[in-house]
Amino acid sequence: MPRRTAASAMLLMYRRDLLLAFRHWDQVAQPVVFFAMVTTLFPLALSPELGELRELAGGVLWVAALLAALLGLEFLFRADHADGTLEQMLLSGQPLALLALAKGAAHWTASGLPLVLVSPLMAVSLGVPAAALLTVVLSLALGTGILSALGAIGAALTLGLRRGSMLLSLLVLPLAMPALIFGARAIDMAIHGEAASGPLLLLASMLVLTVTLAPLATAAALRISAE
Amino acid sequence: MQAHGFHGISARDLQLWRGERHVLRGLSVEAASGDCVHLAGPNGSGKTTLLRVLAGLLTPEEGGVSWRGQPIAADRDGYAATISYLGHSDGLKPDFTACENLAFECGLRRRLEAGDIDRVLAQVGLAGAREQAARSLSAGQRRRLAMARVILSRASIWLLDEPFTNLDADGVQMLAGVVAGHLDAGGAALIASHQPPVIPGHPARRVELA
Repeated sequence: MPRRTAASAMLLMYRRDLLLAFRHWDQVAQPVVFFAMVTTLFPLALSPELGELRELAGGVLWVAALLAALLGLEFLFRADHADGTLEQMLLSGQPLALLALAKGAAHWTASGLPLVLVSPLMAVSLGVPAAALLTVVLSLALGTGILSALGAIGAALTLGLRRGSMLLSLLVLPLAMPALIFGARAIDMAIHGEAASGPLLLLASMLVLTVTLAPLATAAALRISAE
Repeated sequence: MQAHGFHGISARDLQLWRGERHVLRGLSVEAASGDCVHLAGPNGSGKTTLLRVLAGLLTPEEGGVSWRGQPIAADRDGYAATISYLGHSDGLKPDFTACENLAFECGLRRRLEAGDIDRVLAQVGLAGAREQAARSLSAGQRRRLAMARVILSRASIWLLDEPFTNLDADGVQMLAGVVAGHLDAGGAALIASHQPPVIPGHPARRVELA
């Protein structure tokens, strides 16, 4: 019996989740619409003065991105749990942590990446100079990746609960604080013409750490939730 | 073909509590190559719980399931690859077609060859529903599709929870034939159901849950 290798099983899982995401594009579009709405509300509510907005841009972009990413997290395992495919995943004979990693990657592609792609547009509307746009994109790309990896643990832990979304935010947000601090700081530094490589490198190392360790915790949490 | 590298499983003195309820009280079950075991008992007697313990989804408080003479926790992934579990829910994605469901859910376990899916769909009587989304299938058709997944897994131990639910007379006969073929090839099947399963040529051994 030719067992599938773990790498190709991960690829299959990734393709499967992306295909499912595209068939539910309304759910996928939710975070990016939320992100765009929040960031465009700020100029209206605060002041149309670009100089003032620029001072807040880093924080606004990051808080909006954080909350938007949190919106989609709840659905990461919920449907699979409800229709029984999660059980089949647990019994597929493939390393669960790697399958969880593939699911997290698909989730990021469907909900984090669109956010990163529209972020330059939102940044410009907040008065961020063109020279800082690359930092905006990089910091949000790293940040949403960290959130997808951390959020998967929370999503797996709160799977069996009826109103788990509140608990999910309480679990994930404190863990995401370091990323928020350094991410917003990176954008701020870039806006003021300073080199932002310090906080960006810190974010990158946080991403490496979470992507390596979080899938193991997610797998353990999934086994508990499936009981 | 399924008998390749087959080893029986045995569960000894299983004790399991669910909250306040003592569901499994010192139960022992075993199945070797060619065995058909019928798990019988009234509603709520723990048939599903027992199957989930045997599948490794639930860990009992005492006792354990062993396979190849070792506890299943020693090689969880290896054990999972030799069993196939048909649960209460069919484990199908409503948005996927019958073909996609098999390709993705079964493809995780092993590489499928060309024609594998068409062959098994014809076997369970769903050849015409290949491109139909699972959400538009009837309950009986979904059960057949879930059974197709079990067949396609080529696992040697089948754990079937009420496999006859929603099947018409034709479907019951088809399923009995499929299970008989699996047992002939040296596999084992543990079936939880209210009616004793009638498998041609293979009298089922009855295990009563109180």
